[in-house]
Amino acid sequence: MSGHSSPMVNRRGFLAAGAAGAAVLGLGGRARPLHAAEPLKVGLLLPLSGSLAREGQSCKRGADVTPALLADMGMPVQLMIADTETNIDTARTRAEKLIADGAQVLVGAFDSAHTLAVAQVCEQRGVPLVINIAAAPNITEQGFKTVFRNFPTAPKLVTEGLALMKDVFKTTGTTPTKAVFLHNNDTFGTAMAGAVNKLFPTLDMPFPLVETIAYDGAARDLAVEVGKAKATGADLVLLVPHGDDCIRVIREMVKQRFEPKAVISPGSPGMYEAQFYKTLGKYSDYCMTNLPWINPKTAMSQALLKAFTKAYPDALFEMNIGYTFEAILIAADAAKRAGSTDPKAVLAALPVTSIAEHVMIGGPIVFDAKGQNTNTRSATIQNFGGKPLVVLPSEVAEAKPVFPAPGWQQRG
Amino acid sequence: MSRQAILLGLLLAAFALAPLVAGPYLLSVLVVVMYFAYVGQAWNIMMGFAGQLSLGHTLYVGLGAYTAAALFVHLGVPAVFGLFASVAVAALAGGVVGSLGFRFGVKGVYFALLTIAFAEFTRILFEHIPGLGGPGGLFLPVGDRSGIDLVHLRGHPLMFYYLILAMTAGIFLLCRRLVRSRLGYTWLAVREDQEAAAALGINVFRAKLAAVMLSAGLTALGGVFFAFYYNNLFPNQAFGMNRSIEIILAPIVGGLGTLFGPILGALILTPLGEGITMATEAMGFKAAGIKQLCYGLALLAIVKFLPDGVWPWARARLGLEPGDGDGEDDR
Amino acid sequence: MTIDLANQIVTGLLTGLVYSLMALGLSVIFGVVRVVNFAHGEMTALAMYAAWALFTWAELDPLLGLPLIALLLFVLGYVMQRGLIDAFVAKPEHMQFILLVAVAIIMVNGSLLVFGPDAHGIQVPYGFDTYEVGPLLVDKVRLLAATAALCISGLLMLFFRRTMTGKAIRACADNLVGARVIGLNVKRLYAVTFGIGAACVGAAGALLSMLIDVMPSSGPELTMLAFIIVIVGGLGSMGGALLGGILIGVSEVLAGYFLMPSMKGMFSFAILILILILRPQGLMGARK
Repeated sequence: MSGHSSPMVNRRGFLAAGAAGAAVLGLGGRARPLHAAEPLKVGLLLPLSGSLAREGQSCKRGADVTPALLADMGMPVQLMIADTETNIDTARTRAEKLIADGAQVLVGAFDSAHTLAVAQVCEQRGVPLVINIAAAPNITEQGFKTVFRNFPTAPKLVTEGLALMKDVFKTTGTTPTKAVFLHNNDTFGTAMAGAVNKLFPTLDMPFPLVETIAYDGAARDLAVEVGKAKATGADLVLLVPHGDDCIRVIREMVKQRFEPKAVISPGSPGMYEAQFYKTLGKYSDYCMTNLPWINPKTAMSQALLKAFTKAYPDALFEMNIGYTFEAILIAADAAKRAGSTDPKAVLAALPVTSIAEHVMIGGPIVFDAKGQNTNTRSATIQNFGGKPLVVLPSEVAEAKPVFPAPGWQQRG
Repeated sequence: MSRQAILLGLLLAAFALAPLVAGPYLLSVLVVVMYFAYVGQAWNIMMGFAGQLSLGHTLYVGLGAYTAAALFVHLGVPAVFGLFASVAVAALAGGVVGSLGFRFGVKGVYFALLTIAFAEFTRILFEHIPGLGGPGGLFLPVGDRSGIDLVHLRGHPLMFYYLILAMTAGIFLLCRRLVRSRLGYTWLAVREDQEAAAALGINVFRAKLAAVMLSAGLTALGGVFFAFYYNNLFPNQAFGMNRSIEIILAPIVGGLGTLFGPILGALILTPLGEGITMATEAMGFKAAGIKQLCYGLALLAIVKFLPDGVWPWARARLGLEPGDGDGEDDR
Repeated sequence: MTIDLANQIVTGLLTGLVYSLMALGLSVIFGVVRVVNFAHGEMTALAMYAAWALFTWAELDPLLGLPLIALLLFVLGYVMQRGLIDAFVAKPEHMQFILLVAVAIIMVNGSLLVFGPDAHGIQVPYGFDTYEVGPLLVDKVRLLAATAALCISGLLMLFFRRTMTGKAIRACADNLVGARVIGLNVKRLYAVTFGIGAACVGAAGALLSMLIDVMPSSGPELTMLAFIIVIVGGLGSMGGALLGGILIGVSEVLAGYFLMPSMKGMFSFAILILILILRPQGLMGARK
C-alpha cells in the first residue's frame, strides 16, 4: 500500500519529485530512501536480440535508469525484463511467463506485431499493457480494455510532422519549390508513407510532392534510390528512414552531389542516432526530424538525462528512452493512485491517468476511450555539431532552425 | 505396434489433460510446440517421405494465413470456409513450384534454393499488395475472446489449444495412413532411388508433385491457425526465411521421415529455448543473445551427435521396433 | 536522365564486383567441397566487424587491414572445415543446412554479444570523394573496392591454375576418386579450400565495410545475395561469380531506376528462379 492518497498527481508534486531525483543522482549516490510501499512489478517486453535488437536495447537503456528515478518520486517499481527475440511466438510466451512470474503490468513491446500478440494475452489475463512504442493504428482499434498507448499513431505523427515543416519555412522565411519523398519499406515506414500520401493533399502544403520512392532498408546499397531522387530536381527531401539506412542515404547524397535545401523527416527514428553522427560527422548537421521528443525544459527530463548520462555516457538520449521511461511512469503512477499494485486496481486507475509533468513534449498524458494518449506532440529537432537540438515549437526550443542548410561542400 | 500405440495414447492424454494442471504460460508454450509439430509433420511429407527438400516452406504458411485472413477481413468469410481457399491456394503454389522444379529437372540443393527463391519472391510481392496491408500488416479484428466460435475461429486461448492439438493428432494419423498406403510406398521408392522407381513404372513426376501439393495444402492449415491465433500478419513474419528454418528444425532434430520425429523435435526444441532462457537468467547472464548462442550450440551438438535425429535413437533405447507404422524403413 | 542512369549503372557495376568477390568464396567452397555454406553472409559480417575493429582501435584503413582479415578468415574457415563440416561432407544436404544454420545462429548472436546491436560503419577520410570522369561521377571508395576485388579474384584464378596446391584442389573437384588414388590428402585440401573461400569472404568483408554498415542481422541478407549471384553465374564457376555479381549489381540498379526501388530484391529473386529452371548450371557453369 502506498502512503499517498491523492487520486491525481499534481504538477508541483512531480516537479519536486523530479528535482529530488536529480539531487540524489547528482550526489552520485545510488542509495535511495526506502519506501514502505510494495514495488509494482513491471514486466518489460523488448526485442533485445534479433533484427530489432538495436531499437530494443535502446529502450532498455531507458528502462534501466527508470526504477531509481521513480523510487525517488515515491513510486517504487521492480522491473522484469524479457527479450522477445524479434519473434512473435516468443513475444507471446514471454508475456505469459512474465504474468506467471507475477508481473502486475506489462510494458512494451516496440514492434506492432509483437505488441498486438502481447495485447491479446493481457486482455485475456486482465493485466494492463502500457505500450511504450508501436505506431500501427489498429492496436487501439481492437476494443481492448487493458491496452494503453502513449505513442502517436502514424497519421498523427505525419500530420504534426508536416505542420511543423510549414512552421520551419515561416520561421526562416524560405520555402522550397518541390519535394521528393524517400521512405523505408518496412512496417513503420509504410504506415508513415500511407499517412503522408493521404494527408499531404489535405494539409495545404506550400510545395508539391513530385515523387515517392520506397526502398528496402536492408538493401545493401541505396545509390540508385538517391540517384532517382536527385533526378527529380527536388530541393527538399522528405525522408522516413528506420535506422541506419539514413546514413547510407545521406552518404550517397554527398557523393552524388545532390544538394537539397534540407533533409526533413516527418517523424521517424534515424537521423538523431549516435551512429548517424559518428559516421557522417559534419554531414549529419542540419538534418531535421519532426517527432515526439524529450522536452529539454522539464525537471523530470533533466533528472532522467542526468541518470542516463551517468549510466550510459556514450549512448544517445533519444525518443526510445523517453517513451520507455514514460510507459513505466504511467504504470507506476496508476499503481500509486490506486494505492495498490494489484493488476485490477492498476487497470481501474489507468483510464483516468493525467500526468501533467513528464518527459516528452506535449500536454498531460491522458487516455481516450480507446486507450490512446491524444496529447502527444511533435517537435522539430535539428542537428548541430553532432547533437540534436529542439528548434520548434519555440517555447521549448534550444536553438533557432537553420533552413536552407549549407551545401555539403560548404561545410568546414 | 502396440507399444507405440500406448506411447501415442499416453502422449495424447497428457496433452489433452495438460490444461487441468498447466498455467497459461505453459499452455502458450505447448501451443507453439504443437504448431511446430504440425507444420513439421506437414513438411515431413515432402522431405521425409518423398525426399524433396523444401527450405522455403513458410511460403505455404504465409499463403494459407493470408488467404483465410484476407477473406475474413475483406469479405467476412468465416475461417471454416476460408481454410478451403487457403488449402487450394497453397496447394496450387506447391504445384507451380513442384511442376516447374521437377519438369525442368531441378534437383538437390538447386531445388532447395528454388523453394527459397519462391518464398522470398512472394515475401517481397506481398509487401507491395496494399489490399493486404503491405509491410504495414494485415490485422484481424480480435473480437470476443471468452467463448468458443469454431466457425469464425474466435475465442478463448483454450479453444486454440485444443484446436492445434486436434490438428497435430489429425495430421499424425493421416501421415500414419499415408506411409502405409500405395502412395506412401511410391514415395519411399522415389526417395530411395528415383531411376529405379521410374524403371518400375512409377510416375515419379506425379508422385513428387502429389507430395508437394499435399504438404503445401496441409501446411496452409497451419498458416490459418497462425493467422487467427495471432490476429496479425506481416510479410516478413509470414514469409521470412527465419520461419522456414524454424519449421524444418523440429522434424530434422526429431528424426527425418519418422512419424514421431516432428512431435519429439518440437517437444525438445521449444522447451529447450525456454529452458535456456530460464537457465541463463538464473545464472545471472542478462546479455541479450546469450540464449540464442546456447541454442545454436545445442543444435550443433544434436546434429553432430545424433545425426539421424533423436527419435531413432530414443526408439532404440525404449526397445521399440523400427518400421511398422513408424514411417521409418529398416535402414 | 541518361547521365543519371549511366552514373547508376557504373555504381551498380562497381558494387557488384565487390559482392562477386564474396560470392566467389561460396562458389569455390561449393565447387570443391560440395557443401553449400549457409553461414556465408554471417562470415562476411564477421569479417566486416574485424575491419571495423581494426579501423577503430588500430586506425588501420580497411584496404591495408584486408590481408590480415583474409588471413583470419582463412584460419576460421580451415578450422571450421576440419573440426565441424568435414564429418558432414558425405551427409545429405538438409543435414549440412542445419549444421550451418546452427553455425550462423552462433555467429549472429556472438557478434550481438561482443559488438552490441548497433550498426558499425567505417568512415575513411576519403569516404566522400568522387572522381569526375567526363560527365560521370565515380565514387572513389567504390572504385578502390572494386579494383581490389577484381585483383584478388585474378590472383585466386592464378592460384588455381598455376600452383600445385591449386591444381590439387581442382583435381579433387573434378575427380574425387582419382584424387584419392594418386594419394592427395583430400581432407587437408578440403580444409584449405574452405579456408580460401573464407579468405575471399574476409577480403570482401573488408571492402564492404567501407560501403555499408554492419550489424548482427546483416548476415542472412548477405547470404541470400551471395546465393543469387553464384546461382546466376554458375555454382562452382569462378568466372560465373564475377559475371553474376556484375549482372545482379546492374540489374538491381535498372529495376530500382525504372520500377520501385523496394521491388529490386524481387527482381533478383525472379532472375534466380528463371536461371534455376532454365539453366540450373548458371550462365557460366558446365552441366555435370
